[in-house]
Amino acid sequence: MNKNAKTYDVTVIGGGPAGLAAAISAHEQGAHVLLIEREDRLGGVLKQCIHDGFGLLRFGEKLSGCEYATRFMHKLEETDVEVRALTFASRIEKTDEGFLLSLIQSSGFEQVKSKSLVLATGCRERTARQVAIHGTRPAGVLTAGSAQYYINILGQLPGKNCVILGSGDIGLIMARRLTLEGANVLGVYEAKAEPSGLMRNIYQCLVDFDIPLHLSKTVTEVHGRERLTGVTVSAVDERMNPIPGTEEYIPCDTLILSVGLIPENELAESLGVKISRATKGPECNQDYETTVPGIFSCGNALHVNDLVDYVSESGENAGRAAAAYAKSGHEHRLKSVEVKTDKNFGYIVPSHIDLPAKDSVPFFFRTSKTRGRTRVKAFMDGKEVFSKVFAGLRPPEMEKIEIEAAKLQGAGPLQFTMEVDEHEQ
Amino acid sequence: MNSKEGKELICIVCPNGCRLNAAMGEDGQLSVTGNKCKRGEKFAQAELTNPTRSLTTTVRTSFSTMPWLPVRTDGEIPKKLIGDALKELQSVLIEKNLRCGEVVLTDLAGTGINVIAASDL
Repeated sequence: MNKNAKTYDVTVIGGGPAGLAAAISAHEQGAHVLLIEREDRLGGVLKQCIHDGFGLLRFGEKLSGCEYATRFMHKLEETDVEVRALTFASRIEKTDEGFLLSLIQSSGFEQVKSKSLVLATGCRERTARQVAIHGTRPAGVLTAGSAQYYINILGQLPGKNCVILGSGDIGLIMARRLTLEGANVLGVYEAKAEPSGLMRNIYQCLVDFDIPLHLSKTVTEVHGRERLTGVTVSAVDERMNPIPGTEEYIPCDTLILSVGLIPENELAESLGVKISRATKGPECNQDYETTVPGIFSCGNALHVNDLVDYVSESGENAGRAAAAYAKSGHEHRLKSVEVKTDKNFGYIVPSHIDLPAKDSVPFFFRTSKTRGRTRVKAFMDGKEVFSKVFAGLRPPEMEKIEIEAAKLQGAGPLQFTMEVDEHEQ
Repeated sequence: MNSKEGKELICIVCPNGCRLNAAMGEDGQLSVTGNKCKRGEKFAQAELTNPTRSLTTTVRTSFSTMPWLPVRTDGEIPKKLIGDALKELQSVLIEKNLRCGEVVLTDLAGTGINVIAASDL
């Protein structure tokens, strides 16, 4: 090990919204912070999110993604956080004193030490191969995020006649963007029986431009050798299996995929962090500390969020907790209590709580399917500690609730349930 | 999206995305249901008379490190003027450094709305 290695209290991996918030909040706690970003500019995916709607919860304004990130970058400029752009953390090892990071940067290879880590590595888009689209491999098949990069960063239109597969928010946003830039969006196809994106995006991105949304239909084959010439779409049954005889050929030169995001946790896994099957992000406590002491996770690396405001919030919590860990290790903990849900939940974060908890504990959850008026309850040792009615729940819309720490006492587990609200009219 | 009872809308003011039903009564009064807050009513009123949208796009710069600058309108413009607005923005070329929030173009398509930089350049 390099004895002259620089030492930091907190190292944040990833300079997107989660990492920016984590670095700032760790700094505010008095920590000596290093922020590592592999691209040349900070901001993560927000650099290419030129559309607005960001920051409504935090700033009460409809900012564009770029503006939202810029606000955090300006705040970061006022700190002495050491920012290293165009730097890649190729390897991280756990040592007796903390962590040893191997960094590759333009000045060469360097190792640095850090007492704690915040993994703000974001997420990746699911690709064509991951949704089993078969056929040839022509040019013109790309993810919505790539299309967004081509148009908004490079100023290049990826195609003229586009089919969009998947009704995730980025796909909807790109349907509008492509239309405004002069491309022809033939339709959005969604294998599920209901749209994956936010309703407001269906309205302002599709309805506004008369772009048809086809539910329970998917792309089953792509055609073309050099360039995409068309796609075959088929209707699917409830189990999302294509129904023979429903095939329809649609000539197009571009297929854009908006079929989901998966938390990026390659570094976390290399460090032995336990990954949740439900969120595909690390299992964590209320401070977003993973199962490896001193490693914290936040933002879309932890679980895929639909609002950046929540990404920043988790970054701030993780940064604050990482700074506290670097300073004094763990405070006295009585026990760890598992957070459980019934089958009606898609997932809930955090996966466990370390007691005693402080102030109030935020929980983020998604429903497994669309529901009407629903009551969400939480029990600890048979005692009801939380109860709230939601007018409706949809899987694409993440919900946040808070439970006072004073109520979270007992042996656990903390059990969440959902039931149809009896007062439904 | 039309029905006898009224027009089905989705409010785009905030992420709640309330499903609204807006019906014009015989007295010319608009009645809106489904909104969780007052802004929904205002939104429905505008949707039925003069729908407006904020516009976000990019404009060309002379900087090779960032050839396109993200911009947005600092308010909403009538939906029907979006095409004209985009055409006007196509001729913009930014040749100097800017801070996020600085005005790039005034009075977009005669709407009185300005276009501002959505990022530092």
